[in-house]
This record gives sequence, C-alpha cells and structure tokens, in this order.
Amino acid sequence: MSNATSIPPTITTTASALAGATAAGAAAEVAGAEAGAATRPAVPAGALGRPGGRSRGSTGSTGSTGSTRTTMVRALNTALRDALREDPDVHVLGEDVGTLGGVFRVTDGLAAEFGAHRCLDTPLAEAGILGIAVGMAMYGLRPVVEMQFDAFAYPAFEQLASHVAKMRNRTAGRVPLPITIRVPYGGGIGGVEHHSDSSEAYYVHTPGLHVVTPATVADCYGLLRAAIASDDPVVFLEPKRLYWSSEEFTPSAVPPIGRAVTRRHGNAATLITYGPSLPVCLQAADAAAAEGWDLAVVDLRSLVPFDDETVCAAVRATGRAVVVHEAAGFGGVGAEIAARVTERCFHHLAAPVLRVTGFDIPYPPPLLEHHYLPSVDRILDTVARLQWEQ
Amino acid sequence: MTILDASAAPGQTGPPSSHGPRRDPAPLLPDPEPVRVLGTDAAGEVDPGLLRELYRRLVLGRRFNQQATTLARQGSLAVYPASTGQEACQIAAAMVLRETDWLFPSYRDTLAVTARGVPPMDVLALMRGHTHCGYDPRLARTAPLSTPLATQACHAVGLAHAARLRAAADPAADREVVALALVGDGGTSEGDFHEALTFAGVLRAPVVFLVQNNGYAISVPLSRQTAAPTLAHKAVGYGVTGRLVDGNDAPAVHAVLSEAVEHARAGHGPVLVEAITYRLDAHTSADDATRYRAQGEVDAWRAHDPVTRLERHLRETGQLDDTGVATVTRAAEEFAARMRAQVAQAAQVPAPDPRTLFAHVYAEPTSQLREQAAELAARLEADLDGDLDVRPDSGPNARPDVHPDARGDLAAAEPAAGPGTRSDLS
Repeated sequence: MSNATSIPPTITTTASALAGATAAGAAAEVAGAEAGAATRPAVPAGALGRPGGRSRGSTGSTGSTGSTRTTMVRALNTALRDALREDPDVHVLGEDVGTLGGVFRVTDGLAAEFGAHRCLDTPLAEAGILGIAVGMAMYGLRPVVEMQFDAFAYPAFEQLASHVAKMRNRTAGRVPLPITIRVPYGGGIGGVEHHSDSSEAYYVHTPGLHVVTPATVADCYGLLRAAIASDDPVVFLEPKRLYWSSEEFTPSAVPPIGRAVTRRHGNAATLITYGPSLPVCLQAADAAAAEGWDLAVVDLRSLVPFDDETVCAAVRATGRAVVVHEAAGFGGVGAEIAARVTERCFHHLAAPVLRVTGFDIPYPPPLLEHHYLPSVDRILDTVARLQWEQ
Repeated sequence: MTILDASAAPGQTGPPSSHGPRRDPAPLLPDPEPVRVLGTDAAGEVDPGLLRELYRRLVLGRRFNQQATTLARQGSLAVYPASTGQEACQIAAAMVLRETDWLFPSYRDTLAVTARGVPPMDVLALMRGHTHCGYDPRLARTAPLSTPLATQACHAVGLAHAARLRAAADPAADREVVALALVGDGGTSEGDFHEALTFAGVLRAPVVFLVQNNGYAISVPLSRQTAAPTLAHKAVGYGVTGRLVDGNDAPAVHAVLSEAVEHARAGHGPVLVEAITYRLDAHTSADDATRYRAQGEVDAWRAHDPVTRLERHLRETGQLDDTGVATVTRAAEEFAARMRAQVAQAAQVPAPDPRTLFAHVYAEPTSQLREQAAELAARLEADLDGDLDVRPDSGPNARPDVHPDARGDLAAAEPAAGPGTRSDLS
C-alpha cells in the first residue's frame, strides 16, 4: 500500500515528504478560502463507494522558488532568541540545551549569545528541572523548560500536576507560574520506543495548564512567543516530525493562545486535528477534492483553552465531523472533542462524530508505526462512513 | 591477594577522568555524633538572651501544637499534623532566616511558618477548609505548605538560584537570599529529594535542607526507610555539606542551622542538616500511633523533650526561676486563648463564595470555565429562590454556602434542559 511511501520510517525521508505536505497545505488553505462553506453539501459523487486507484502519496508541491524558507526548528529557535533578548527574566533550561543546542537544535547558539546561565545545561533529572523552574518562577523569573522527548517528561509529572498546574489556584492568584514547558512529541520519525509518545491527554486533563500544539512554522514562532509571555503555565507540544518542514516565514504578530484556525474550507465534512496530524489531514483533503469531496480542515493549535466557537462553526457548516490525532483514542482528546461537538451541534449533525486515532496500544516499533498513525487512507475511509446514504 | 588488591598499587597512571581533580569528601561528612550544646561546655558560650528567647518560643510553640490538636479533635480543623517534640527544629528554622530569605515548609511545619510571623489562622487555613493556602507566599517569603513530599526542596533550589541571578542582574534586587527547605525522614526517600540535592550541588545554590528525622514516616520507622548510616551522610554523594545535630537541643539546632545558612549565604554551597528528633504525637489527629510503636519508646523520648531540656538547663544555670516559667506559661496561655478566639471568630465567617472556585485557575478563565461558573451561579440562584439554602441568620449580604448537606437541594434544582441543548439552540 502507499502508506509505506507516504510515511516512511526514517527521519530524513519523512522530513522531506512532510515538508512537501506542509507547503501543499499552505497552498490548499489559500485555495480553500475561496470555496466558501455555507451550504449543506449534496452527497459527493462516488461517496458511497471507495474508488480505487487514487494516488495518496506526496501531493507534489514543494512551494519553493528559491526564496528564504524557514524550518520549524529555526522558527522555534528565533522565538526563544527574541524572547531572551527582550526579557531578562526569560531563562531556558533543560538537558543538552546549552553547548549542544538541544538534540533537535532548537536552542542552537542561545548559550553562546546569552550566556550559559540564560540557557542552562541541567543535570539529567526532569522532576528536578521542572521543580527548579517552579522555584525560579516563584521568584519572578520566566523559565522555558525543554523536556527532551515526550516520554522523558513523565518523571516531572508530579511537579506538573501538583505544583505547576495548581500554584495559582492554591495561592488565590498570588503566585502565578509563567513557565513554558516545551515537549517534542509524537511519532513518525522512526524513533525507538519512548521517543514517539503523544502525551497531550495527560496534560489537557490537568486543570491549570494551557496546552498548545502548533502545526506550522509561523504558529511555532508566534505561539511560542505567546506561551512565554503568558502568565499561566503552558505545555508547548512541538510536533517533532514536522521539525524539518519549512515555510516562507517572517516573525510576525503573536496570535492569542486559544484560537483554532480553519486551514481549508469545505462543505462535505470537517476534519478537526492538530499538531503532527495537520499535514496528513490536508493531504487527505487534497485527495478527497480530486474525487469531488470538499473537506474542511480545522487546526486546533490550542487544546486548552479549547476554541468551541471555531470548531462548532466549522462543524455546523458541514454537518459531519472527523477528529484526527495520533494519540490513542480511548479517553483521548478526540473523545472530548466528539462529546463537545455532539453536545453543541447535535441538531446540525447528519452522522455521529467519528475519530481517526492511534490504536489503544503502546506506540509501536519503527517498522510498524505507519499502521498506527492516522493516514490518508484511514481518514478517507472514515469520512466515507459518515452516513452519506441517508 | 586478589586482583583488586593488586590494582590498588600506586604508581600507575589511569585513564583520563571526567571527575577532574580528586576532591576529598571528608569536609562534607557529617559529625560522627550529633552536635549537642546542652549538657556540654558549649552551653556556657551561648548568649543568655538567645537561650531565653528560644525557651519562650519553644513554650509558645508547644502550646500552639497542643491547641491546634485540640481544635482538630473538636472539629474546627479538618486534621492537624502536629510537630509536638520537634519544636526546637521548627523554632530554630524560623529564627535563623533573614526577612529576605525564603522558607519552604512541608505540611507538618505549621509552627515554623507561624514562628516566621504568619498569623496562626492564616497558617491553619489549609486545615480549616476555607482555602488551600491562607497567606501570601511572596509577602511572607514562605512557600505554601507542601503536601507532596520533598517537591518543595526542588522549589527551594530554584528560588535560591533565581535570587542569585536576579541579584547579579538587578541592583535593586534583594541580596544574599538563602532558601531553607524543610523535609522529613520519609521525604528523603522521594526522587525529588535526590534531584533537589543534585541540582543544589551542581548549581552551588544558596540553599539549606533541614531534614527533621522524627523517626517515622506515618508508621514506617527509619530502619525501613533507609540503610544509610545517617540521613546527613546522603549529602556527600551530591557534593553537599552534611551536618548532624541533636534536634531536641534547641541551642544546638540554632547554632548548626545558623552556620549552615551563613555558609550558603557566603556562596560556599548548600548544606544538608539532619536533626534527630521525635514525633511525640501521632502522624496526625486522625492517626493511631499505638498500632506501630510502643508506649515505652515514646516515654523514653519524652525524657529528651526539647522544651523540658532547655528549661532544665536554664534553671540549673540560674537563668530561669518559677516566676520566669510562670511568665512564659502565661504568655503561652494567652497565645492559645487568642487562637481559640480567632477560630471561633473564623467559624462565624461563611465559607468562601463558591463562584470564586473559577477565579484563579488561569489568569483569565477559559470560555469553558465561564460556562461552568455560570451554571454554578444559576444553581445558587435557584437555591436562593427556593429558600433551600438560606440560613436563618443570613444577612442581606451573606453568600449562599454550599455545604455537603445541601447537595440534595442542588440536585433538585437541575434544569430541565441540559446546557448542551441550550447552547445549541442559542
């Protein structure tokens, strides 16, 4: 099946494939904006069956014309640099963030420019790193913590759940903790076990945390600046398999945390997604468009606060919705979204809200991960099950 | 002779080491025996004014513990974890700090926080059930009482580190700030204790850890907690100075802690002080200590009670007589009477407005929290309309009080249409 080529289990080929997908997605956003999405769709031609022979590989566009393009890693690096430069209270700390510049190079050059104390190489102790950050924030600093990988953040969970999330509340607003916790997350990079978890459900279930997950280069810059400027703790989930994707990019206005964005308008059904699954959804929408299905794609960007308004408007416009994320489905963010959409849009729905998620299994080994990850095929199969025959 | 014996032969140059020049661990090692002042020649060297002040505070501290325990038994406090028997540690911890220093207490350290100057009712707010933390940590320079064990030790390191960074960058910032973290013997088994010491050592943070080894983590004795020679020895593995002190000898605790705090303040690195003491009361007012320790053990420790030991020394050296004891005792009774009056007064204050539950989750409530706050407000209004929850003595400004007894009433006020339906129709 074409899965093997669309999500290959190595870093370099995945990165280039996804870079292409992201560029295509940006183009699709522009194109889709003209389509509008007001009317209830007729059943698209061919919707009842699954036509075969559809190409679901790379959508082809590179979008590059030789002008400057910026990778997600570089945009994050620029956001950190700008924040360090503008606010002396901002301090970066984590494992290997100093001399090495981080295992993904997100903090590259920061220690050299701002000093080792502003970009601190810490001992290998995640609870300690976050606990230190709590103390620093209590004294008025604005720490930006890097957790090296999703699954490596688990030792810090007690500090996160019992202190970071609760300090403002338990002190009646007297001690806010403006801590940003950057977590590279998700799979698709051919990583060995414990390097590919999608841990967002743990965080969104913890009141007191904001949970942000950008999917584009521009959002990585803007939302990281917003996260660092926020007086609330923000878990900032970086889709690591998009780290090497690139876009035309200039640092621009900082978007508010908590606003979703419709990346592609459509009138058949609405795909609701975030982070690493956005390019996959845009690819699926491209593939569907070739068959006459016009899918809308909503990029949540922020899981907490959750933008009910944008999501519900997008669902009401199509009457059908599929939530797509990498994390296991049971008790996941998709379950919450399906419930919220059902509660708020019940009379607008022509079909139950469906989900395309990772299976309820530990993240698989690299050679099998493409079976686990939401794919264009699985998304389109699910769209086809949205009771079109009624 | 084994191969290992032969390997110890001198004269061989080994491979390069990441350790750098060999550091002698000896200066970091704790004293072989706990430092004592009372009953030694050192007692004569202590400033008499300091001894009298320690005594006065110990007596008041003991009375604080007794009164809070009584209040818990009477139901005015949900629970009280007493530090009875540990008053020397509690009082000394507060006394050795400057106003600009920070204290990071655990849940058992209410007396230390009170001794730092926070009003007793504010310290006990957690146990009174009104709020989680009754004082402003930044004004008091005292962190909230920490229930998660040893987590506050990491916070202390971070704050001490931050204070030093601030002092270097901002001429107006407080100088030479030291953070003092209070931990129990059980807490030393937690991972966060290990990580706090790791960071403290690496950062050479101006922080002091006071481990009050009171013999038990709820029911588990120290022998089941660790195989370390002493808890103070743990310091050495982190490059931190370890000190061992008799925790029931008030002037000794004061001297060792003072030296530790000034050592850290001067930039010489963190210090871990183990104070050997004993929890004379049960774990909390809800615990039954007879299930895990013998009365004979408790009686043996009562003979080393920190209050009576200091009183005996002061009497034997002619620094205290019956009149002096009576004066301090009277002050302690007045202190306890004020506590009782404040608790009685606090009982008249209605529970906080339930609407405030949503106020401090985030800087600005999310739209979801605003919806939930509106739902709760509507329920409260419904209760008022139905006269279901209006107390006879409620004045015009009294807030409705959501009490567990009122839950049935709240359930009866369930609106016919669910919130999802309404918002979908709106």
